[in-house]
Order: sequence, then structure tokens, then C-alpha cells
Amino acid sequence: MNTRTKAKPAASEDAAPRTMSGAQIVVEALREQGVSVMFGYPGGAVLPIYDALYGQDTIRHILVRHEQGAGHAAEGYARSTGQCGVALVTSGPGATNMVTPITDALMDSIPMVVITGQVPTHLIGTDAFQECDTTGITRSCAKHNYLVTDVNQLARIMHEAFYVATAGRPGPVVIDIPKDIQFATGQYIGKAGITKPTYVPQRTPKAEAIKAAADLMTRASRPIFYTGGGVINSGPRAAEKLRELQALTGFPVTSTLMGLGAFPASHPDWLGMLGMHGSFEANNAMHDCDLMICVGARFDDRVTGRIDAFSPDSKKIHIDIDASSINKIVRVDVPVVADCAEALDALITEIKALKRQLPDLTAWHSQIDGWRARRCFSYKNSSDVIKPQYAVERLYALTKDRKTYITTEVGQHQMWAAQFYHFEEPNRWMTSGGLGTMGYGLPAAVGVQAAHPDALVIDIAGEASIQMMMQELSTAVQHKLPVKVFILNNEWMGMVRQWQELLHGERYSHSYSESLPDFVMLAKALGGHGIRCDKPDELDARIQEMIDHPGPVLFDCRVERAENCLPMIPSGSAHNQMILGEITGNEIGEAGRRLV
Amino acid sequence: MSDASTKPGAGPKSAYFLSHSDESVERRTLAVLVDNEPGVLARVVGLFSGRGYNIDSLTVAEVDASQHRSRITIVTQGTPHILEQIEAQLLRIVPVAEVIDITNSKSGIERELALVKVAGTGEKRVEALRIAEIFRARVIDTTNESFIFEATGASEKLTQFIDLMRPLGLVEVSRTGVLSIQRGKEKG
Repeated sequence: MNTRTKAKPAASEDAAPRTMSGAQIVVEALREQGVSVMFGYPGGAVLPIYDALYGQDTIRHILVRHEQGAGHAAEGYARSTGQCGVALVTSGPGATNMVTPITDALMDSIPMVVITGQVPTHLIGTDAFQECDTTGITRSCAKHNYLVTDVNQLARIMHEAFYVATAGRPGPVVIDIPKDIQFATGQYIGKAGITKPTYVPQRTPKAEAIKAAADLMTRASRPIFYTGGGVINSGPRAAEKLRELQALTGFPVTSTLMGLGAFPASHPDWLGMLGMHGSFEANNAMHDCDLMICVGARFDDRVTGRIDAFSPDSKKIHIDIDASSINKIVRVDVPVVADCAEALDALITEIKALKRQLPDLTAWHSQIDGWRARRCFSYKNSSDVIKPQYAVERLYALTKDRKTYITTEVGQHQMWAAQFYHFEEPNRWMTSGGLGTMGYGLPAAVGVQAAHPDALVIDIAGEASIQMMMQELSTAVQHKLPVKVFILNNEWMGMVRQWQELLHGERYSHSYSESLPDFVMLAKALGGHGIRCDKPDELDARIQEMIDHPGPVLFDCRVERAENCLPMIPSGSAHNQMILGEITGNEIGEAGRRLV
Repeated sequence: MSDASTKPGAGPKSAYFLSHSDESVERRTLAVLVDNEPGVLARVVGLFSGRGYNIDSLTVAEVDASQHRSRITIVTQGTPHILEQIEAQLLRIVPVAEVIDITNSKSGIERELALVKVAGTGEKRVEALRIAEIFRARVIDTTNESFIFEATGASEKLTQFIDLMRPLGLVEVSRTGVLSIQRGKEKG
């Protein structure tokens, strides 16, 4: 690491340096990076870039209604394709409105390049109109950011940003471009040869680590795979290798919210999601296992519950491309810093080479079957009122045989979606996990639909969350993106209400929406189609109507208002202390009450 | 369902048990080699404030203009677990090229420079000069009633020198914070 990034001249076809305006450099670099769809909102400080986009047809620009929508749409695009999402917004409020999606992408490791306009260089620092310190504001919430001060560096920075956003643990990168730089004339250089010598993540695992891991795996009698979003982020090969390694070993598999789809939910060794609202069998297996193989997950507090009682008797292997995730929360025995696919592949080779007879797992599997028999997701159905669980079950039954992508907002409906909608493939499930951003689902669905025009894209929403980014339905209408919004409407901020019931003696402070929009009329007003359903026996027909409608749909599904999302590990409790049946109000102790 | 298997004494004081209170706090000097690009110091400092780590002292300057390389020396404190996290988190910062643990390398040398202003007359003035000689501090400015001393050495030595100057008319102190390098012919 002794040279700073130096742009090398591109291949022979570009022998003569190409000169163009900064705005054209931006568009040319996007084109060379293979960007076919981007999301944005124009404004004074990005007008030159918008001018460069005018009249070209290689990059499709989706005009959103709020900059935050552009960010989440880029995230949805990225998660459903595995490619880098791109958003373009103006300075000041355009940039500050992007802070939430940038933070969301950082928490969930989503590759995204955000281009923000900035006031002209000579006005920076003068409190000019629509000026804000974008690089200062986004420094702690972006993986990396740039303020471009020289038009001749712009092309290099553009290409470097794509490299940084996608290399290693992916994340959002912000490029702040003052308006005078967009007008200035400079040299365009191609992406060939652009590197960042100070940022070269380790992708291949160390042989000792793989040996140690394979040794533990071939001796374990109560093993479990605990997989996360890293398996999805690594690409389809990682999901393939996970399935191959599981087939080789027969170990049961659980996953975080972010990792759903990496392992097929129909597989007999699938335990369901783990964590606060995960399955009884997954959490108990995590607690009682003797070997935990964590692949691309980060021991988040929603997953571990109480740390000092977390899986007390297990050895732990942790595969992660981000070394800082290892030993951050939980001490592990075998750290493996590597890309998931590479590490899983190396483990397969090593275990095969060992030619060791694996311990008999019959006892472990029958113990798991015992937990499974508790049927933790069972609920009392009703013929009068639609249960939210039933609604998601029916939605799954009627859409599972199609090419379906699911996004969610945040709250009870998100957890019911995770529990009752089942995924067979990666990249089909888009949700805001780390940051928990209400309002994520609809713009994310817009992004997914833009990437997959022929797919069925459904945002499973709550009536509270959907109102945070409601206006993006208008985006879907304008760009003919037939997203379906399936609202589980219980008139409450359901998760807040549930916690108030659990923690605050049923004092429901400001969690009820006294005045809700008429979603059917709202859908019409925005140019979409509205459907309402409040009877269980009409639900299937209404869902079918939603699927068959060629344009965007808002589905107001009126559900049981006081339903709680169970099972649940109350905060401050261990994996084997789940609430299964009903909430009594005494589940959480003093220490747990202070946690989020 | 069995009860949570907690060790006796590990009680439910902290439900997430992130305190690592059984580990003792250590002091550590880290040399952080970075690309000297705008905002890089803010990134490093922001990491410490954002994640609640301590900075005891911090120095920064460009050390190789041709390669735009700067060296940031940070003295920090934390449990071994926290210190391990600090190093890993620093390496995540894109323009950070290298993090060297000076404290834990046998050949690490740490030095600091202090400018110390002392005012006084008569016996105290003579005593100040005498102690300065013992500490091999140089006089870099003098008036009839004051001296400014320039002292270099380990931080503890400078603190000792400053403490001795206090009763002799100490007026003002300026310290650079710790600089570090490793002995021998090898780099970093």
C-alpha cells in the first residue's frame, strides 16, 4: 500500500482523452458502470446533470415525489438485483432528505451511490441558498463520501465510488458535486484501472481458519447454521454454496430477518427466522446448540436477546467480510474473515477432504422436532374478522407460484410477513432491518418493480407506515410500475401498541390514529386502484383482484385491531424464554424495560 | 423450558451485558496511516465520538507529501475488547491504510513535546532553571521575569516536569500529544 489511487489511462479505444462537462462526465460514468435505472428529484444545484440526462435513453430516470423515496427505491433496486443502486438529488433539503435512506443502506449493507448537487464552490461556507454541509452530515451515516473540487477528478471519483460501494461489506457512498464543477470542462477517464489501495477487503479465508472450522463442524452433535444478510449480499453463489454445505452436513438452518431466502423455506431442515419474533424451534436450537456457524450475520440485539444467556454451551464460528463485526458483541472461537461464498466453498472442500464420519444428528433433529411440535406461529382464526396472520398466509398461498418480490414497512406487519410469507430464493425479500425505517416499503417496491417490470411486487404494509411515504404511489402511476400495496390496517401503530401493552400497563399513549385516510379513495386520487376487504371469506377473491389488476393497487385489508405479534422474546430475556401464547404484562423485568 | 443458563454472579445487571466490566481498562497508542484527503481526520475523530471511545491525545501531520500520506497518533483507553474493536473499526474507514499498535509492539517509542511558560524572580527563577537542566529542557524565550522551556520526552516525564514547575510560577503549558515510531530499520 504505497501509492495513492492514481487514475490510469483507459484502454486503447480511449487513447485520446475525452473532454466534456462535469455533468456529462457524471452521466458517462453511470453509463460505463452499467447503470440502467436511477431514481431522483431535480433541483437548482443538479440542473446541469439533469440537462445531461435529457434526451438520452440508456439510463432510465424514475422521478420520485420525495428524495427519501429515491433513496429507498435505489435500495430496493439494489437488493433485488445485487447491483449498485443510484440516486440523484439536489443540495440542501434534497441531501438532508436522503440521510434516512443512506443510514438505512449503511445498517443493512446495501450498495448505493448517491449523487448530491452542491452550491457552487465559491459559495460553499457562506450559508448560501439550499446549502448544507452534505459531506459533514453524511460522514457518519455513509460508508464513504466525496466532495468534488476538481472536475478532472470527477470521473475517477465516480468510478471509485462504485468500487467502494460494492467492495467488501457493501454500503452507501455519497458524491457531493458543486454546480460549477458540473458546468466546468474536464477529462473523462474510464473505469479500467481505478482502484483504492487503502481499501482492499479480504475475500478469501485463511486456510487455518477453515481447517479449525471444518474440524469443529465434523465433530459437532448439536450444530446450527445461523445465516444473515451477508449471504444475500455476497451474491447468488453464496446461497448455492450454503445449500451445498447444508446438504453435505445435514445441519439445521436458521436466518436473520435480512437473510431470508438464502435457504429455501420449504426445506425440512429450515427452522424459520430467529430472534425477537423468530420461531420457537430456531431460538431454542440456538440456545441449546453445541456449534453455531454464523454466516454473514452480526449478532444484532434483535437476534441475540440477552447476551449473557446467549447460546451458553456452544462453540462459535463466525464468517464475515467485515472484521469489525467479529467479536463485537459475542466472543467467537473461530473467526473467518472472508466473503461468504468463498468461505462456504472452502469449507465444503475441506470437509470433503477430511473424509470423516459426521456424528449422528438424530437426537438433535428429534429434539428440534419437539420444539417444532409446539407450532409457535399458530393463532386463533376467526370467521368474522380477518386475522393479520391469515391475511399474509392467504397472500402467500395466492402468490407463491409467481415470480413475486415482497417489500415491507416496519412494525407488526413486517414480522407477520417474515413469519408467514416463505421464500425459496435470495433477493426476493426487501425490508428495513437495522434502521427499522417506516416508509421503506413502498419506494423500495417502486425500485424493485423498475428492475423487474414483469414481476409481481407487493409491499406488505401497515396503515401507519404507509402514510410516511404514501406519495410514492404517484411515482408508480407515472412510471407504469404496477406495485401492489397490501395494508394490514388495524388502525393502530401495532408494534407501539403491543409494547405499551407489554411494558406500560396498557396506557396507549398516542399510538391510535383517530383519523385515517379512506385508502380506496386515496388510491383513486393518486391514479391507482383501491380495494377494501374486511371479511375473511372474501379475502381470496379480493387478493386475486389485486393480482389481476394491471396497475398499482392499494389494498386496505381491515384486520383484527388488538392482535399481538407472537411468539416474542421480551427484551432482556434469553432465547429459551419466549412468550408463546398470550401477553400477561409481567414478562419484562426492570432491566428489560429500559431496553429498546 | 429451562431457565436461562447464567453464571452465578453474572446476574441481570445489564441485560445486554456489553459492559465487559470484568476486564480492566488499558491505555494504548495507535499510529493510523491515512490518505491525506479532505475530511479524513473528521472521519477518525467521528468514529471515536460516534462509538463512545476515548481519545486521550491526538496528533496529526502529513508525513509523505508525494504519497499524500498522513500519520495520526492516537492515545486511547479501553478494555481489551474495546481496543480490538477500535482497531477493526479504524480499518473500516476507506482512506485508512494501516493501524499500528505501538504500545504492544516491543520496539515502540513514544515522545511528546511541551512548551512551558514559567514566571518568577529570585530563588524560584533559579530553581526553575536548575530543574529544567535536569530534564534537559531548553530555554527558548526569556525575559527578566519569565522563561519558556521546550521539553521533550515520554508523556509521564513531561507531566512530572510540569508538576515541578507549578510551585515555581507556572503560567501556561502547550503540549503536542504523543508521537510514536518503532525502533530498528523496519518501517512501521
